Amino acid sequence: MSDKIIKKEELTNILKALKETYEVIAPVKENGFYSFKPFKDGGNIDLNFTNTRLSPKSLLFPQSERIFEFNLDEKSKDGYIVKEHPKDYPPSVIVGIRPCDAKAFKLVNINFDNPEFKDPWWVKRMEAMTFIGLGCNEPSSTCFCTSVGCGPFNEESLDVMLFDLEEYFLVRALTEKGEKLLKQGRVDKDVDEGLQKKADELRIKAEKKISSSVPTDKLKEKKINDLFNAPFWDDVAFACINCGTCTFLCPTCWCFDIQDEVTKTVGDRIRNWDSCMFPLFTLHASGHNPRPEKVQRVRQRFMHKLNYYVDKYNTGVACVGCGRCVKYCPVNVDIREVFSLMNGL
Amino acid sequence: MIRYGDTIREIAKKILEEKTVDLIIGFKKGTLPITTEPVLIKDTQNSDQLYWDSFCNMNLANYLPKRGEKIGIIAKGCDSRNIAVHIVENQIKREQLYIIGVPCKGMIDRRKIVSFLGGKEVREVTESDEDITIKGEGFEHTLKKNDYLQNNCSTCMHRNPVIYDAIVGDLVEERKDPDPYDDVKEIEGIGLEERWESFSDLIKDCIRCYACRNACPLCYCPTCFVDESGPQWVGKSIDPTDTMTFHILRAYHCTGRCTDCGACQQACPMDINVKTFTRKLNKDVLDLYGCEAGLSIEERPPLDTYKPDDYDKFIR
Repeated sequence: MSDKIIKKEELTNILKALKETYEVIAPVKENGFYSFKPFKDGGNIDLNFTNTRLSPKSLLFPQSERIFEFNLDEKSKDGYIVKEHPKDYPPSVIVGIRPCDAKAFKLVNINFDNPEFKDPWWVKRMEAMTFIGLGCNEPSSTCFCTSVGCGPFNEESLDVMLFDLEEYFLVRALTEKGEKLLKQGRVDKDVDEGLQKKADELRIKAEKKISSSVPTDKLKEKKINDLFNAPFWDDVAFACINCGTCTFLCPTCWCFDIQDEVTKTVGDRIRNWDSCMFPLFTLHASGHNPRPEKVQRVRQRFMHKLNYYVDKYNTGVACVGCGRCVKYCPVNVDIREVFSLMNGL
Repeated sequence: MIRYGDTIREIAKKILEEKTVDLIIGFKKGTLPITTEPVLIKDTQNSDQLYWDSFCNMNLANYLPKRGEKIGIIAKGCDSRNIAVHIVENQIKREQLYIIGVPCKGMIDRRKIVSFLGGKEVREVTESDEDITIKGEGFEHTLKKNDYLQNNCSTCMHRNPVIYDAIVGDLVEERKDPDPYDDVKEIEGIGLEERWESFSDLIKDCIRCYACRNACPLCYCPTCFVDESGPQWVGKSIDPTDTMTFHILRAYHCTGRCTDCGACQQACPMDINVKTFTRKLNKDVLDLYGCEAGLSIEERPPLDTYKPDDYDKFIR
């Protein structure tokens, strides 16, 4: 399918048309910051953002999710039977997702959907999801996507890419899913050569605007023990207050905890985001904690992203360079510096 | 205040050289404009990293508990009060500390700058005594620092350190404003249901990352009540009841101990003003017992003691 063009003001109507078939999710500004929320007919969509504060990961992997339910009443006919909590997986579209956040879904997918393990809820939601990306004309100073295998117009994890050309959006279908969606939204006007050229220039210009970079070239050859026992961890960890801001805002942090919550005889099994920053994350039932100190927990986060993941999957680091942890860490622990330390060891 | 940096580095170098202390806890320049990072300095080669500006928001007293060394620590008014709280609560010994006091004219709230810029980014920042100049792509603004202070700094009545071994500049004049609790009175003035609604609304974006708790010097419990697993006191999900339980219980644990340093609010990634809860309790403690936390290293915290002449009958 060739690239299409729409006027910016047409987007709302196209999304309204898509709403007949899809759940449409878009960036919305509320209380001064952006997040992905259901698109309303009134057009609450606001695409003038750099990165949403929270990554969109909760759309596929909610912070708290009821997964099973059970009854502890022995006399009840379903007593002591764990049942899957019923859920819908309607076809959905995320509009305006940044290429880095979409790439993050691809990285996390390796964990939730692989030959060995399939997380049913993630897999079903992923299948139902179509990603309409929005290229970044104005990347932030904390973005370092181009040095971690992504970029402001990276297409690899999207179904459709939007290029913001002031009055117009150039619309590029990248997969069959994307083509189907554009047909449904009646996006069929071919782009002319002039705007096509403008879009190409925009991409090149945006890539040049990425002012921040991290070294990754030597990470693959590093030995686990050398990095694990590196002398710099105490310094890296000193300022860290061991909160969950970095892990909860991160689009590629996928760790979770499973909890049973019971009221009288009825209970729910709930899956919640967890964080390697928390002592409870590794506390054993025996009372032993293999990561009792802050420095061990801080090391774990960076080792996982820049060493274990790299070694295990051979697809690069588990970081897309969105810069959220850099921007929102209360004490300025900067992952870009840790990249340099680990790569340079 | 910006000039304090040189003095801080000088003192730090001297006390490290003379082995008065084993290490210094201070701030270094952040990797981003308008941020700083707490740093631990062990030798004189690195003491030049020590830095000071109006974005040294975090409370360094947070880094003291459980340490055994002799420590030099940089302390604003609020940090010094939290150091005093730590001493009273046996988290650190006075003899272990060499407190480098910083008379403080208030820290700038980076969110207020970010919100003023409405999406544009600060690339460079310089400051003078009264003003701050921020530059970015296609803009340059000079702002009055006083208009962009953290809320708690605008009402702070203890800007000078209450205990110190060295001071980096002349003491600043303390405010005489008699009443810094307008915001609390507003909440006290509304009805119960409305108040509950406003609290629920306040924490609705909370993601349970515990940045507020972990930035707080008071929260040094070996295991926080929310991290207990046997018995488990609080649910782990983002159910509003559990989230509210965390915030309210945490605030109550800080009663009579909170110095209103603002670290919790500054740390919150979701811009929640968690101080709303602790400020009410600070006001209550002041009204009921005439106490403010951390003003002395001799006096026990008000909820940890009793007086025979207490006006409440039940205690006699």
